Amino acid sequence: MAALTREETEALIQEVLEVYPEQARKDRAKHLAVNDQSLEKSNKCITSNRKSQPGVMTIRGCAYAGSKGVVWGPIKDMIHISHGPVGCGQYSRAGRRNYYVGTTGVNTFGTMNFTSDFQEKDIVFGGDKKLAKIMLEIEELFPLHKGISIQSECPIGLIGDDIEAVAKKANKEIGKPVVPVRCEGFRGVSQSLGHHIANDAIRDWVLENRDGDESFPTTPYDVAVIGDYNIGGDAWASRTLLEEMGLRVVAQWSGDGTIAEMEKTPKVKLNLIHCYRSMNYIARHMEEKYKIPWIEYNFFGPTKIAESLRKIAALFDETIQAGAERVIAKYQAEYDAVIAKYKPRLQGKRVMLYVGGLRPRHVIGAYEDLGMEVVGTGYEFGHNDDYDRTIKEMGNATLIYDDVTGYEFEEFVKKVQPDLIGSGIKEKYIFQKMGIPFRQMHSWDYSGPYHGYDGFAIFARDMDMTLNNPCWKQVKVPWKTDESTKVAVAASA
Amino acid sequence: MAKLRQCAIYGKGGIGKSTTTQNLVSALAELGNKVMIVGCDPKADSTRLILHAKAQTTIMSLAAEAGSVEDLELEDVLKVGYGGIKCVESGGPEPGVGCAGRGVITAINFLEEEGAYDDELDFVFYDVLGDVVCGGFAMPIRENKAQEIYIVCSGEMMAMYAANNIAKGIVKYANSGSVRLAGLICNSRETAREDELISALAAKIGTTMIHFVPRDNVVQRAEIRRMTVIEYEPQAKQADEYRQLAIKIRDNKNFIIPTPITMDELEELMMEFGIIDQEDESIIGKTAAAEATA
Repeated sequence: MAALTREETEALIQEVLEVYPEQARKDRAKHLAVNDQSLEKSNKCITSNRKSQPGVMTIRGCAYAGSKGVVWGPIKDMIHISHGPVGCGQYSRAGRRNYYVGTTGVNTFGTMNFTSDFQEKDIVFGGDKKLAKIMLEIEELFPLHKGISIQSECPIGLIGDDIEAVAKKANKEIGKPVVPVRCEGFRGVSQSLGHHIANDAIRDWVLENRDGDESFPTTPYDVAVIGDYNIGGDAWASRTLLEEMGLRVVAQWSGDGTIAEMEKTPKVKLNLIHCYRSMNYIARHMEEKYKIPWIEYNFFGPTKIAESLRKIAALFDETIQAGAERVIAKYQAEYDAVIAKYKPRLQGKRVMLYVGGLRPRHVIGAYEDLGMEVVGTGYEFGHNDDYDRTIKEMGNATLIYDDVTGYEFEEFVKKVQPDLIGSGIKEKYIFQKMGIPFRQMHSWDYSGPYHGYDGFAIFARDMDMTLNNPCWKQVKVPWKTDESTKVAVAASA
Repeated sequence: MAKLRQCAIYGKGGIGKSTTTQNLVSALAELGNKVMIVGCDPKADSTRLILHAKAQTTIMSLAAEAGSVEDLELEDVLKVGYGGIKCVESGGPEPGVGCAGRGVITAINFLEEEGAYDDELDFVFYDVLGDVVCGGFAMPIRENKAQEIYIVCSGEMMAMYAANNIAKGIVKYANSGSVRLAGLICNSRETAREDELISALAAKIGTTMIHFVPRDNVVQRAEIRRMTVIEYEPQAKQADEYRQLAIKIRDNKNFIIPTPITMDELEELMMEFGIIDQEDESIIGKTAAAEATA
């Protein structure tokens, strides 16, 4: 199917909006746009980071998800207490595939669930005492942990527990950092505020811990990787490239990360930001307080990787710049082979995306490297600065949708007829039942890594095996039997 | 038997809700009624005069001890005192922690599930903490619970403010359910023309002053002994006052949706009775020192 023109895309948006009641239509209209590369600022065409309308099947998360699930959870040598009733912690346990090295339950705790398991009596009488006791028990049972974070679930904000006071007391008793995080789920419109709150907690309770301590030997090539959650090993595939070009990666935030790495980050020369949405706050803070510059980079697909390596290298001396070229050259044969193998199988295929923090724009280049085109994209919880960064990445007249509703997404897909959809687990089965190849792009569909050159090879293979899977040809809808087709043909003849 | 009547007592903090309720309930018991008191205040002082106890062990504290409220049996929390009056206290946290409102909700749900509201009962009285600060303290007046509300007040300015505010709260629940205002109980503080004032306020709100309870030191003497006047000194004149209140409540049919008045109307009423002076715009915001130099 040929690409839609600007007029056709606009008409499509109008058609989809038509079913809404007036107020909802007015609101949703602001969140849907036709991309216009000539714009500099996205606020001219799209509104984001607003409360979702009731009944629209938004797939957004909550502030707790943003803090515990995204930012804090992957810090592997800390124990993160889901403070409140058991469900929040249990149903978010180990689902995000943040890989890490360590012995779980001994010196790392990433896939475990620690919760204060609130009962009625804890709501009525407060959970402070229980929390204090839990932390002492943690210290006794898991002596190799390096710190504790307290991730507030909704009731904590309602009953007014003083988790800051409990944290300070526990910090004295166990002699390790204890971080209270006020990420109650009802705060904000999506998980995005949870990221911000989590960043602020790191700023207030962790980042200053080694201020004035110069014992950590630094080099001119120290960097921190910020906003890589090591999903399926992403951060590892990224870190190799940075190290091979001569940089020293002091910290990984927060995939496979440790609290010691976070504490040392103020000593680095440059912060490298992958997921801007979830961690730009702490990068800006370090820039202001420690004068550490930061840049965004993109390690999806060889074009963006080379661009990013050169951009990073430009901030260092010639050794690093030469290092970047060396790395790009070293892997060229590999990624050329990947492209040679998969591009012919994927050329011209059209993709629609709907994901979270950085992927709605960051993976576009990787698809383009394979000859594919992203014809629609949108963010669950993006802000306007995300859309600013998206306008130039997307083709003109493509669809942009913010906090897309279940209905809109389905209707767009029916009309645009993409060859592949990349979105989350809640969308997966709907679109597969519609006969459209689908990749789960939050957890890489149990695959990965997708970052770096190593990741690109896996990315290309996964897209090919999904898109060109012979199963799609077997999909037959019951009302389209051979006979009914014959009847239809006869009738139209 | 007659249908169970459930009544809730509200009023400004310290106005004498618990004392009045327990004396009234004792008088009802004396008249042969089967009554239960449900204390809905974390302080748990709604039943001590009936049980001769400092404070009854509460549902929530027992639940915390046992692990959860499901681990409790009705007989653990329900005590019987003077005149066969059944007593329970919902209980709740110390001031400043947790959620007292949730405690009330949990406790009342528990009582319902365990069948505390049995067929034998004629009356249930909920003695509720001062203000309806959140949904939890409105629990006793939700659908299928208390349908009559009595507000305890006095001729003091703040007590009347509170009574009017509580009436506003009742309007909300009255419109969505069957709860009604059943009258004001004046617990006298011996202010000037107090009975007339409260009768006038009651009329404006659309109800009546169901009884004027005079001030009498025998109430304090009985309290020191953790007893009601009815039990401590049945011949006392004050005991008869509570008996009259009990009879009036027993025979009460005047249940209405209140018509709370505006602040201006309330102030006007108070001016009329000389509780507050005519408003003098020129003194507002002026300190004593500033007034002296003027």
